[in-house]
Amino acid sequence: MVATFDVKERLRQRFAADVLHADRAGGMESITVKKDRIVEILGFLRSEPDLAFDFLSDLGGADGMRLDWPQWRDRFQVVYHLRSMKHGRRLRIKASVPESDCRMPSVTGLWKSANWMEREVFDLFGVHFDGHPNLKRILCHHKFVGHALRKDYDIHQGQWLDETESMMDEIGEYGENPDDGGFSELVPVNIGPAHPATHGTLRLFAKLDGETVVRVSPEIGYLHRGFEKHSESGSWTMVIPYTDRLNYCSAMLNNVAWCHGVEKMLGIEVPERTQYIRVIVSELSRIIDHAVCVAAMLVDLGALTNFWYLFNLRERIYSILEELCGARLTSTYVRIGGLAYDLNEGFIDQVRAILRDIPKNVGDVIALIKKNRIFLDRTVGVGAVSKELALSYSWTGPCLRASGVAFDLRKSDPYLGYENFDFEIPTYEDGDVYSRAMIRFDEIVQSMRIIEQALDRLPSGPIFSEDKRVHLPDKDKVYGSIEGLMNHFVLVYDGIKVPKGEGYHPIEAANGELGFYTISDGSGRPYRVRCRPPCFTIYSGYSEIAAGSMIADAVPILSSFNIIAGELDR
Amino acid sequence: MGIESFFANKQGFVATKLDNLINNVVNWGRQSSLWPYPFATACCGIEFMGVVSNTHDVARFGAELVRFSPRQADLLLVAGTITYKMAPVLKRIYDQMLDPKWVIAFGVCAASGGFYNNYSVVQGIDRIIPVDVYLPGCPPRPEAFFDALIALQEKIKGEKITRHDREQRPQLRPESDTSWKVPVVDPAQRAIRRGE
Ligand code: SF4
Repeated sequence: MVATFDVKERLRQRFAADVLHADRAGGMESITVKKDRIVEILGFLRSEPDLAFDFLSDLGGADGMRLDWPQWRDRFQVVYHLRSMKHGRRLRIKASVPESDCRMPSVTGLWKSANWMEREVFDLFGVHFDGHPNLKRILCHHKFVGHALRKDYDIHQGQWLDETESMMDEIGEYGENPDDGGFSELVPVNIGPAHPATHGTLRLFAKLDGETVVRVSPEIGYLHRGFEKHSESGSWTMVIPYTDRLNYCSAMLNNVAWCHGVEKMLGIEVPERTQYIRVIVSELSRIIDHAVCVAAMLVDLGALTNFWYLFNLRERIYSILEELCGARLTSTYVRIGGLAYDLNEGFIDQVRAILRDIPKNVGDVIALIKKNRIFLDRTVGVGAVSKELALSYSWTGPCLRASGVAFDLRKSDPYLGYENFDFEIPTYEDGDVYSRAMIRFDEIVQSMRIIEQALDRLPSGPIFSEDKRVHLPDKDKVYGSIEGLMNHFVLVYDGIKVPKGEGYHPIEAANGELGFYTISDGSGRPYRVRCRPPCFTIYSGYSEIAAGSMIADAVPILSSFNIIAGELDR
Repeated sequence: MGIESFFANKQGFVATKLDNLINNVVNWGRQSSLWPYPFATACCGIEFMGVVSNTHDVARFGAELVRFSPRQADLLLVAGTITYKMAPVLKRIYDQMLDPKWVIAFGVCAASGGFYNNYSVVQGIDRIIPVDVYLPGCPPRPEAFFDALIALQEKIKGEKITRHDREQRPQLRPESDTSWKVPVVDPAQRAIRRGE
């Protein structure tokens, strides 16, 4: 079937009147359709065996108010990024939504993850989704007026809030339990956002029957810092520091994701040495991220000792990264087209030394928990997630692999030369809290393997692409030649000019697929930046998974997801 | 507060000396055992975890007893970005703390909004609650936090226990929006609390 694969034609045959435009942009087919039959179209793409676009990677919006592209007919577009797990292909479907009739059908019937993503589009762009079970704001607060990501909303216009939302509408009435004839009482309990178990920024509103969670509903957005709006107001390079603060446990990975995406749009290949260094710092960040996740989760279970052990490891990696880039947490190390600095002297020895010590560090922790009765009782079989449920919620990363799907972008869509490394994708079958914890230890081991190979083969050479569009010329050229001077001036003054178009090039971050859907209008500033945060979709499954569990189990379920608020709320 | 009001009304040499002595002893106790409530919302909160972990070890300064209940803490540590959505929560937490209480704005986001100058981030928590020590950095290094802690301890040393705590608190930022109300409980929630 591969030879005859032409999704455009298939769609045209079936929905001739609905297909408005088709092109290839950002490494995948990009098809604009009319909004009214979007459910049929996506359902068709999903169910046809030769297409099988069964995975909703991302759903976002874009406001074309200041865009003069002929193919952009109406003001808004709702953008669906699909992936076929079977064939490994990606596809972008864009539904065109006019301002006068700002509503379209909801696809929550096809994918459960669409629930939150559509709420986000509603919140930030004001597109209504008919048939959505609970269409209300998600990132901005409930008294917010207007839609923040519309191009005519002023970035500085803040709106005070004087009371938090009651959330009673999501939980239902207080009172007797109808299921057992009023024998027991249902009690609503608010947990967070300022609560140690919810890590400071998540709020849960639960209805309890004794100690059993009957229903629980998360409220997010307490750390919505306007990443996307900010990114759209600066140059392409100015986005890099903001990406640090998305998933602040593994800032390097976000840097790599952003720069990688922009380089693809520019059509730039970075030098081999840069690729290797990026792989090394990415994997180091992944180790930190996993260590922090497991440490925090074990603290939630009451096992504080492991926290100290794992934080020792983290501190050591931070000192290495600090020597490399000057910051512990917020690295801003990667640049579009290269890196900020080459490796410092001694970096390789330090990394080798820590690679020798990690097995001991991690081994200590594993020894403490592996046969620990309390740990096993509280994690094995708790919060089990099936493959199908995980995929329906668009899970990626370790959480999905813990449910038995061996999906890892480093293997399936290799980037940065990951295909040249020898490593495995660990998977577990049960999808419970135990699997989600243990898989992170296994991934730490695989990351170490990758780092070792990268250190062994680390080539020498330049660290920056020679491409004039991104590379500041050497100082002797700036002072010695007019082209050099002009080149330098234009690049500093106007910023990097990314050609018109759109792109989505995800990478495998510590929590799963992290990608930036970007639209460039060629002006030197990103027109639209949409971040596909891995933990947003993971967290959207929480209320279904935690319902029915004990209140004490709801906490480790939450921490096993590794929800990082900076990335969740952006 | 019997002893404090007793000294507040007394004059003379003995009273002044004793007053100073008690002042010093009480303040010494207060400054050397601050119980922090980490209101950690973002990246700075992660760095605060580094502060309490073994490499940096905040226990050396007597502030390691992290409390997650505002009723038990006397140092509010706002580590991270405060959004408008979070503002009522922060205000409520602060109001729940008992006097005497102090606030450190950990990181530029808490101190001034940092580089998030936009529609969703409060431009400095001193628009909502009084701040004793501002700690810049994005995030501040653990060492910088110790510096702020020592600055706060110095400040506590100079406080008068005979004066009411509220009079010694720093001011809110002048341009702060006074039309903003203290958060109120939603009527539906209040009815639930009362069991109506
Ligand atoms: S000051 Fe910087 S590190 Fe701290 S919360 Fe703000 S952005 Fe994050």
